[in-house]
This record gives sequence, C-alpha cells and structure tokens, in this order.
Amino acid sequence: MFASQGWCGLAAIATSAVGADPTNMFAPAGTPANSIFSLSMLVLGVTSAIFVIVSGILIYVLVRYRWRKSGDKSEQEPHQIYGSNQIELSWTVIPVLIVVMLFLATTRVIYTTEHARKPADALDVTVIGRQFWWEFSYPKLGIVTANELHVPVSDPSHPLPTYLTMSSADTDHSFWVPRLAGKTDVIPNKVNTMWIDPQAPGLYLGQCAQYCGVQHAKMLIRVYADTPQEFAAWVAHQQQPAVEDPRVAEGRDVFMHNACISCHTIRGTVATGRFGPDLTHLASRDTIASGSVPNTPENLHRFIENPANLKPGVLMPPMHLNSHDLDAVTAYLTTLK
Amino acid sequence: MATQTPAIETHNAAASKPSRPLWLEVLHGWVTTVDHKKIGLMYIGYALFFLVVAGFEALLMRIQLAVPNNHFVSPQVFNGLFTVHGTTMVFFVGMPILFGFGNYLIPLMIGARDMAFPRLNAFSFWISAFGGILLYYSYIGGSGLYGAGSAPDVGWFAYAPLTSRVFSPGHSTDYWTLAVLLSGVGTIGTALNIVATTISMRCPGMKMSRLPLLVWLYLVTSCMTFVAVGPLTAAQIMLMLDRYAGSHFFDTQAGGSAVLWMHFFWIFGHPEVYILVLPAFAFANEIIPVFSRKAIFGYPAMVAASVGIGFISLGVWAHHMFTVGLGPGANTFFVLATMVISVPTGIKIFNWLATLWGGKIHFTVSMLFAIGFLFQFLVAGLTGIMLSVAPFDWQLGNSYFVVAHFHYVLVGAILFMLFSAFYYWYPKVTGRMLSEHLGKWHFWLFVIGFHLTFDFMHIPGLLGMPRRIYTYEADRGWMIWNMIVSSGAAIQAVATLLFVFNMVWSYFKGAVAGADPWDAWTLEWSTTSPPPAYNFAKTPTVASRRPLWDLKHPEDPDSNYETEQHLPRSSQEESL
Ligand code: HEC
Ligand SMILES: [Cu+2]
Repeated sequence: MFASQGWCGLAAIATSAVGADPTNMFAPAGTPANSIFSLSMLVLGVTSAIFVIVSGILIYVLVRYRWRKSGDKSEQEPHQIYGSNQIELSWTVIPVLIVVMLFLATTRVIYTTEHARKPADALDVTVIGRQFWWEFSYPKLGIVTANELHVPVSDPSHPLPTYLTMSSADTDHSFWVPRLAGKTDVIPNKVNTMWIDPQAPGLYLGQCAQYCGVQHAKMLIRVYADTPQEFAAWVAHQQQPAVEDPRVAEGRDVFMHNACISCHTIRGTVATGRFGPDLTHLASRDTIASGSVPNTPENLHRFIENPANLKPGVLMPPMHLNSHDLDAVTAYLTTLK
Repeated sequence: MATQTPAIETHNAAASKPSRPLWLEVLHGWVTTVDHKKIGLMYIGYALFFLVVAGFEALLMRIQLAVPNNHFVSPQVFNGLFTVHGTTMVFFVGMPILFGFGNYLIPLMIGARDMAFPRLNAFSFWISAFGGILLYYSYIGGSGLYGAGSAPDVGWFAYAPLTSRVFSPGHSTDYWTLAVLLSGVGTIGTALNIVATTISMRCPGMKMSRLPLLVWLYLVTSCMTFVAVGPLTAAQIMLMLDRYAGSHFFDTQAGGSAVLWMHFFWIFGHPEVYILVLPAFAFANEIIPVFSRKAIFGYPAMVAASVGIGFISLGVWAHHMFTVGLGPGANTFFVLATMVISVPTGIKIFNWLATLWGGKIHFTVSMLFAIGFLFQFLVAGLTGIMLSVAPFDWQLGNSYFVVAHFHYVLVGAILFMLFSAFYYWYPKVTGRMLSEHLGKWHFWLFVIGFHLTFDFMHIPGLLGMPRRIYTYEADRGWMIWNMIVSSGAAIQAVATLLFVFNMVWSYFKGAVAGADPWDAWTLEWSTTSPPPAYNFAKTPTVASRRPLWDLKHPEDPDSNYETEQHLPRSSQEESL
C-alpha cells in the first residue's frame, strides 16, 4: 500500500537494486523464509503507514507553528493547553488495536514454522557448530561432511523438507541462510531444531550469525539444493570409502604419520580424529576452510603450510612440514574425490 | 586567558578568594568534592572523554569494514574493538553522562541544596570511574604481567561459554567483568541517591504531582536500575566463580548452561536500554515545551506512560533471544510484551507533538536537536516493532539491521537529546551561551553524518550481513552500503569535534547568559548562572509545575488549571 514510502521504500531499494544478492532475505526460496517474507511485508506496510502519518504531522506542526519574528505581536505567549483526556484516550486505543492485529499475525507464523508437522520421509541432518566450521552428518545415511550441506530440492506439491538437529561443540553459533529460513542458534549443551525446504535447485549462502570467537567472520555456510537424481548420486558417492590412489602413496604416508590423524578422519584409514573436518571426500567440496577459499591445489597447499595464512585465528596449527612432504600431502588430499 | 570575566571562574570554589588558586588546590577541590554540581560535571566530563575514545574505536571499525576483505586491522584487534566500544558506550558513556545531568539538575529543579547523600554520591562517581580505567587497563595487562596486553574480545554481552577460561585465557575477560561489576556498584549508589533525593528533598509546595517531568523520569529510571543491575552483578560474580573457583554455572563443558547467562544478561540488558532512553525523554520533556512556549501536553499521561514503560520493560528481555530456541510459547509471550510497550511509547510521541501543536516554536540549536530526536525516535520505534515480530527477528536478529536499529536509539534519540541538553543547560552551568552559529554547523553536519551512517546500515542487514564480522566476502553485495556507512561516520566525527570546540570556545568567549536565557519555567533558572555552591539563597516555594511561569504571569498562573483538570479530588483539596 505504501510500497514507495519510507521503510517499504528502503526494503524495495534493497530488493530491486540487488536482486542477485545471494543472501537477500527478501528473495525467499523456501517455505520458512517465504512466510517470514509475507509477514514482514505486512509489518512494513503498517509501520510505513505510521511513519508517513506521524512524520507528516510533525512536519506540518513545525511549519505551521514556527515562531515568526515579524508577524507576532512578540511577547505574547501562545494559548496554554494542559491536556485532553479524549484525545489522549484515542491515541492509546488505536495503537492497542494495531498491536492486537500484529500480534495475531505474528503468532500464526511462529506456530506454523516452529510446530510444523514433520513428514515421514523428511531428511535428517545433524549440525554441529565448531570454532570456526560446520560439521554436517546424515545419521541415517552414514555420511559425515563439512561446511557444504547437500539437501534435496523440495517440490511444493511434494514437500521434502530437511530437518536440522543442531548443537555446538564449543561456543555459541547461529545457523543462518537467509533465503531459506531465519536463523537458529547453535548452543552447546542444548539441542535445537529447524527445517529448510529449498524450492529451486542451486546454491544458497549463509554464515554463522552468533559471535563465536576470532574467526566468526569466516564461518560461512553453503547449502546445495540438489535435484533428486543429483542428490542420490551425491549420497552414493559420499558413502564410498576414501579413494586409494597408489600414485600418491607417499603423501598418504606423510598424512598418516603426522598429527593430522588425531584431528581428521579419512574413512578406511587410521585417521579417525574428530577435531577437524572429515577429509574422506575433501576433493568433492568446492571450498575449504568453511567456505573461505576455493578448493584448489594452491589454496590447499597454502592452507596446510600455515592455516593462519588464509584464516588467521584458525584452530588448526601450522604443521611445519618440509616442502617435499607438503607437496606430497597436498597431492594426496587432491585425490580424495 | 580568563581576563574579562572573573565571574565565570567562581564555580571552582574560588569565589571568596581574591587570587587564582593553585592548580593543585583546584584539583584537590574537585577530587574531594561532594557538591552535586561538581560531581555531575565530573560525570559528564568523564563520559565525554570516553565518548571520544569509543567513537574513535568505531571509526577504526568503519575503516576496516568500508571494503570487503580489508586488512586494516586483524580479526583479534577488531573483536577487541567492538567489545570495548560497546562496553564503553553503555557503561562508561551512557550511564555516567545521564547520571551527570541528573546529579546536576535534580537538586536544582526540586529546590534542594544537594543530593540526599553527598558522600555516597562522590563514592559512586569514583567507583564507576575506576571501572572505566580498569576496562582500558586491560590493553596493558590483559594477558597477565608477562604477556602483551589484550582487550576483552567477548562482545559486550559476553555470551557464555566464550567467557570461560578455555575460550578466553588470560585476564582480559576478568578486566571486563570487574569493570562492569564496579560500574554496577556506582550505578546502584547513584540511583539510590536520586530516589532518596526525589522523595525527601523537594522544596515546600512541590508535591509529586508538581515534580518536573525530568525528575519523574529520573525517578523511574533509578527504580529500574535497582531491578536491572542486580542480575548483572550476580552474573558477573558467577562468571568469576566459574573462572577461578571451579563452579560450573555457565561452563557448558561440565553441564553448565549458556542460556542461563543470556537470561541473566538480558534481564539486565533490556531494562538498561530504557534506563538510558528515559533520561533522554526527560530532557525532551523540559526542552520541547520551553521552545514551543507551551506547557507539556498531558502531564499525568506522561508520568503514567513512563511508569508503564518502566514496568513493562522488565518483562521483555527474551526478545533478544527469539533465535535461542525457547519454543513457540515463550516466543509468543515475549512478542506480546514487546509490542505492548509501544503503546506507552506512542503516547509520549503523540504528547510531544501535541505540545508543539499551537505553540510558537523557536528553532534554537537545542530545539533542532530535540526535533531530530523526535523524528529519529519515531523511526527507531518502528524498526523496534519490526524486530518484535519474532519471525522477522529470526532474519533480522544479530544482523546489521539490529545494529542500525539500536544505534538509531542510542545515537539518533539519546545522543541527539544529549546534545540538545548540552545547548540548553550549558548557559546555566557556565554562565555563557554556546555559540548558536557553530551549533547550527554541528547540528546539520551531525544530522547528515548520522543519516548516511545509520539509515544505510539497515540495508546490509536486510541483505544478510551479520554483526561482529571483521570482514566480509565481495560477492555479497554489501560493499556499496558499507562504504556509505563509513563515510557518514567520518562526518559525524567532524561534527563531534566541532561540538567539543564549541564547548571550549564558548567557555571563554561565549555571550554572557544571565540567570534565565531561555525564558524558562523550572526552578534551576531562578538562581544565578552558574549557581552558587548552596544553589538557592532562600529555599523556594512552589504552587504549580511551572513555578517561573507563575512568577512571570501572575495574572494567569498554572495553579489555576493544573489541579482541576487531571488530578483526583483528594489531591486537589490538599493543594488549595
Ligand atoms: C589440532 C588439530 C588439527 C591438526 C593436527 C590438523 N588439522 Fe587440519 N584442520 C583442523 C581444523 C580445526 C580445521 C578447520 C579449520 C577451519 O575451517 O576453521 C582443519 C581444516 C583442515 C583442512 C580444510 C578442510 C575443509 O574442508 O575446510 C585441511 C585440508 C586440513 N585441515 C588438512 C590437515 C593436514 C594435512 C594436517 C596434517 C599435516 C592437519 N590438517 C592437521 C584441525 C587440525
Ligand atoms: Cu560461529
């Protein structure tokens, strides 16, 4: 209604000027984000109307009742008014009515989102927030991965939501992918749930939204909404054990004889650490270091040499490998498709 | 320098002495003073100093965020900057500056000669002041004696378990805890003093129903302080126990609760917002009427709305926790409580508008800032309503939208009203007017800078930019907005320097003010500028809310109207 005014205007600028923006909450692509979007349009409508009316009155009053040097017979004070019960009552009652209306609309969305019925075939994913990366595991599928969450696309006529059961291994985090849903905090010693149902295939970006320590800024999230075929293929691939390529046996040795194994898991090997991301299918991921940089051999090399190069404050220590071992281990990791 | 007007100097206790006192004597006079005016000024001076320091920290952050993937400061430094900036602004700028004004003005406005407990007053100031020093000492001693210093870097609300020793080794978090704890002690002391003074030191005839609204609001604020600071202090002590005595209140690794800290903190933190904003309302209640040349519209409603805000604000804290997973029941409750608070807040805005209506509005610099306050407070209130809608908050919470919203309150409303108060009461305190010419420059520059910064800061929030990140990716479309935000910050800095310059320049060269430069109506304008140490030679007696109006208009005094219209019969009879 007041779409061109005030805050609506602001929201509109935001949406139109940057329609392509990957984390724009006004470009929803899933049910929870959608219902928030509709509710927010109602709220923006109401608040802009209030804004226009009240600031209009303010401007009118300032112009109309400004003190004029010449016109006035100076010294005289204006007529003193001390109050009026009727008027004050009216500007109490009208806001109360607005509040009731907004409250009811809000309650509806709270319950439809937080109390949605979970379909039997919904996908379950466990999300563990860690300083400064995300662990995603699919308990029913036997998959563990990091930072890049693959979920099936959800056809509105055939909803296939993904339920996230989340907790933290260390400090507070918050899982936020604006185009899919609002954020949910990821808190140690507390289990929260949320659900997403991306309705178009593609990549949805987000990031940690609760300050969690030095590298809070580089705790990014990538959600891949796959078509059913793509998703099935991805699952089948992730369920395979790690690739064993004899050409990189030397790098594999370096890995297995260093502390890497106490922090990282590579399924089917002696490496069973849980402190860092699972590397079984590292090379199948597009990025490393929680979405900070593309997963290229160069970046991998730089990261292993000294992780703080790419991500200062990261919890993986520099391993002080000599350049030969460094090259070898990098080569090994690039084969872990 | 101070050749022309020895009168200006009298306020440093040199009134009776013929020669200028030695600077050591002056210093001694200030350090040992129990005079509410001097303590008030020390509060204000202290807060202004920290305002500049924390403002500088903000500038550093804005430089870092102006472009994506910037390397101006390291993440460690950045995290320290936002923690110290927030903590300083709330505890060592906001609280002391408001208490400073309260200290200075309340006794003068109720016709008293000092606060009820002058020595407690001095104690409260010094303990709070010490807190601020402790916070910054962390930069030197934060890692213990042998390490280099480090600032606290846990965020101003210091969520557990980031504050535990595992995640925050060294002592920077301890400095933070102790600084906040001490400031809390000082705050309680001053609040107690304000309540006692208001209840028991009013001059003859000043019934509660004739109390200037400023004093009413300080009373409400102080009472809220009692409720709010307790949980904060308790939480800080529990945190200390966790860190050094092996308890596990917030130690999630040993079964403690992170959410418990959030509750404790926000049971303090939300009322705190109102504790800071009510004094701004207080100034508006005095300044808007004087420059509209009209009595405040609906005094009883204003009092009721303030008390209402005070009570409701104690029950809204979990709107900071909509994303924590409290469940739909709790979320719904806190949505309602939060929305309800907009009703008394709305009453205030409408009553201010009604006060302007039919007046003769004088656009002094003080009034310009007050109008800025009105406008910006309206906007901040509306974005507040958006945030109270829990599902919308699931998106907006902890994003730059929230940062923009609360800076709209803290800067757009509170700081604007503080500037207004400075222009209004500076003449009373120093005997000199602040330059209106420089003031207009200050105002317009600040308005432009403010809106560039904080209007545009909403947008990256809507586009998914979380707060407290030291840098961001180039592909998110946030850069252009961050550039604008940062440029506005620079303009605000220039405006603030202009203000500081104005304060200094006018102290020496400003026009002499006289007792009552604004033709105002409350008691502080009936004594000299600056007021003598004893405030009033003769204790005043009042018969209405605007004693000086009655004096100036004996043919048509307020007392004729006030009683009939709004007060219950019993108090009417008393007053006759
Ligand atoms: C002390 C535990 C620890 C050790 C030892 C360790 N890492 Fe890591 N590693 C981590 C952590 C934690 C991360 C996640 C960093 C982040 O993104 O914040 C990580 C991330 C990585 C990644 C990027 C994974 C991704 O998907 O983002 C690679 C590759 C890696 N480590 C390789 C190695 C190699 C090779 C070694 C041995 C030379 C090693 N790590 C030793 C803890 C460790
Ligand atoms: Cu995080």
